Amino acid sequence: MRRRRPVEPLVWLLFSGGGVVTAILVPVLLVLLGLAFPLGWIDPPPYEHIHAVLGHWIARIVLLGLCVLGFVHWAHRFRYTLHEGLKLQRLDAQISLLCYGLALIGSVWAVYILLFTG
Amino acid sequence: MSVRQTATAVRGRYQPRISLWWWLTKPSYLLFVLRELSSVFIAWFIVFLLLFVRAVYQGEGQYERFLDFAANPFVVFVNLVALAFVLLHTVTWFVLTPQALPLHLRGRRVPGGLIIASQYVGWLVVSAFVFWLVVGW
Repeated sequence: MRRRRPVEPLVWLLFSGGGVVTAILVPVLLVLLGLAFPLGWIDPPPYEHIHAVLGHWIARIVLLGLCVLGFVHWAHRFRYTLHEGLKLQRLDAQISLLCYGLALIGSVWAVYILLFTG
Repeated sequence: MSVRQTATAVRGRYQPRISLWWWLTKPSYLLFVLRELSSVFIAWFIVFLLLFVRAVYQGEGQYERFLDFAANPFVVFVNLVALAFVLLHTVTWFVLTPQALPLHLRGRRVPGGLIIASQYVGWLVVSAFVFWLVVGW
């Protein structure tokens, strides 16, 4: 029987937080950045405007929260997708390491971009 | 102890045979797997978003280059597929919230429909705000 690790509730909390934040923020951002601007439905904002918005500390903190929680959300869900979907229960330790490890690397990258550049 | 753990504990004596393609056998199973896969597109979008933010911080030239990259037909296609998965994530997440967090007011359970409806209102308000902030009108 698999032992329940004490970090499991914390990961679950971060997973849920990521689920909420991404559910609310990702659709509008994806429509704008991924479709409306590239396909010319809406003119992309002038550089000065978008630079001012993204340079504000509130935007940095909100985006950092979105990125870190979103990565953890992915890691947790993808771990269970591999686990149940491909029946890889026996590789749980390796899969967890891979998923949470990638989420950690992504989060460090997000901290670097949002807090230490621009 | 779940059924699966029981089966694992006595491996060798009882091992239920489940096909690797179990999720194709019922529409509800397929929806479950598609919902789980939405996380992959969320991760993709966050990487895309970070590339956008980085380009803006690096200067106007990099910002223009990012806009060209985003207009690449393959990238647009991936984002279109991602949007379908992200919307599936949003809708299914809103449906699950009243089940995961039952809300009580004055000793009465708030109806699930009300919680779901208020989430849609919140979603709309936040989306309108983000639109205004990014686009500028």
